[in-house]
Amino acid sequence: MTAPTLASATRTPRSDRSDASRPRRSNRDANLASRLGVFALLGLSAFYFIMPIWWLVVASTKPAGHQFSEPGLWFDGFGLFDNIALVFAESDGIFGQWMLNSVFYAGTSALVGTLLSAMAGYALAKYDFRGRGVVFGVILAAVLIPKVMFTLPLFLLFNQVGLLNNPLAVLLPSVVSPFGVYLARVFAAQSVPDELIEAGRIDGAGEFRIFFSIGVRIMSPALVTIFLFQFVEVWNNFLLPLMVLNDSSLQPVTVGLVGWAGSNGQVPAGTVVVAALLSVVPLIIAFLGLQRFWRAGLTAGAVK
Amino acid sequence: MDTSSTRAVTTADSGRRGIGRSGAGAPAPGGTTRRSGGRWRTPLLFLLPFGVLFIAMYLVPIVFAFVQSLFTLRRSGLGLEAPTLDFTPFANYARLFGDTEFLASLGRVALFGIVQVPVMLGLALLLALLLDSRSARGKGFFRLAAFLPYAVPGVIAAVMWSFLYSPVTSPINNFLESAVGAGIPFFSPELVLWSIANIVTWGWTGYNMLIIYSSLQTIPAETIEAARLDGAGAFRIAWNIKIPMVRPALVLTTVFSIIGSAQLYNEPKVLQTISGGAISNTFTPLMAAQAQVTAQNYPYAAAQSVVLALVVGVLSFTFFKLTNRGER
Repeated sequence: MTAPTLASATRTPRSDRSDASRPRRSNRDANLASRLGVFALLGLSAFYFIMPIWWLVVASTKPAGHQFSEPGLWFDGFGLFDNIALVFAESDGIFGQWMLNSVFYAGTSALVGTLLSAMAGYALAKYDFRGRGVVFGVILAAVLIPKVMFTLPLFLLFNQVGLLNNPLAVLLPSVVSPFGVYLARVFAAQSVPDELIEAGRIDGAGEFRIFFSIGVRIMSPALVTIFLFQFVEVWNNFLLPLMVLNDSSLQPVTVGLVGWAGSNGQVPAGTVVVAALLSVVPLIIAFLGLQRFWRAGLTAGAVK
Repeated sequence: MDTSSTRAVTTADSGRRGIGRSGAGAPAPGGTTRRSGGRWRTPLLFLLPFGVLFIAMYLVPIVFAFVQSLFTLRRSGLGLEAPTLDFTPFANYARLFGDTEFLASLGRVALFGIVQVPVMLGLALLLALLLDSRSARGKGFFRLAAFLPYAVPGVIAAVMWSFLYSPVTSPINNFLESAVGAGIPFFSPELVLWSIANIVTWGWTGYNMLIIYSSLQTIPAETIEAARLDGAGAFRIAWNIKIPMVRPALVLTTVFSIIGSAQLYNEPKVLQTISGGAISNTFTPLMAAQAQVTAQNYPYAAAQSVVLALVVGVLSFTFFKLTNRGER
């Protein structure tokens, strides 16, 4: 799991780090005025992007019931831990259940989905068989139509076969990730050398053994990227679980929290604010900690 | 707007290169039985688990919805007996094209896309250019700040913004009222669509900016250096060199932002309960279709879903083709 492997896998010709190696783009000739102007504009945008999250953090630290006290963007007393306790006590502790459900849905789907994507992408990249182009074309087409468009048809189907209110109704569609297959194919084509596969064959290893011992190992940084994208996609999913799960104890945190927010004050607004913060924290940590994997996925999409 | 996956797809170019040519397809001298047997079997086995689920979760539902859309529910006059299904292949589609609420929802998201997409991408391009400029300081911080909203799930972002908008709790309006004596009526029927647009812009600008920025990073330093030596200023370099060279990234982000608009759902759905009626049940096409599901009018909901998927599919493929042609 090294950065260079991934960087080469995504073929970013000029990484951020190489900024420094651009031939003598010295800063001295960029005059102070333009530097200040750029800084001001970037600062303004940073304020726009950070302000709502800052507000959420500040409001969550205020004592219970005072979430909306003035000034909105600055601290006023401290009750964060009491607030967190309130969130987990609300409605018999259902919030903890929701968070666990989200972890379960996103984790399971991403884990199984990454394996399926890796296998399919590897096969598309490393085997020449008739119909390969068609298969890849279908997968690419599926990537181009957003998943949400399949949600209501899925509901109608699950309603017919009696799969509603069953965790499988969320898990089965979430496991399938055409985008994951697409990424896996790109990564496999770029990073798994044909010579290694051939060497494995000469040593008498079976195709599956070659895949698991050579392919998966070489592709592992890319697989982390695929896993993360799928994890976040499933974690963020709203319409599908909203439609197919009625039982509150089965719902993920997105559905549960929107239910609280729309409860017309049955659940105190302050509790909703703190719960919103808590539901975001794991993702923000994952983003900050694994930045380079995100960038790998983004650049794979954007860089030609 | 939840198109994280769809947005990042690129041209087929990166896939086309480096296709493994060894493996079972290689003209193996005196090919062994294992190889000729493996020609089909091995890739098929690799593709099978994904393939089965893909067919079951993508193709079957769409076909099922299409079949269902060919029927209509007939409830008996008194509503005492179970409703019956009649085969009326065109009824639901005819109804759909006369459904003013559904058509209005399509118009609404079209307007939304026409305004929001250029604003968001203009902002993303501007920020990417600023970050790429020599005058930028603290790039890491600004890039992170812009990307942060992407880490917040769409519905959670909407819940958060609903507090920032709500007349009761809005810190924005609190500030404005004390500063200029009047707040912004975020939930008024005239403004509510743009309040939603702001949430979407907030959530996706940084993401698009990163894609454009990555593309800017691939411009060879020599190209820019040469222009500079020729006496071109920062603005001319940006306008005449950088923007044309990131055109593929711009087209790509445009395509997926437009598609994102068509599936607008999360933000209006979350704001609906506190919007005081400004957001109806049929505010967006997806909300309208969902309302039909909730009313258990499945055949009509199926017809709406099919039309919606078709519209998005056609938009998507048209733009994708245009993108590919434009790049050559």
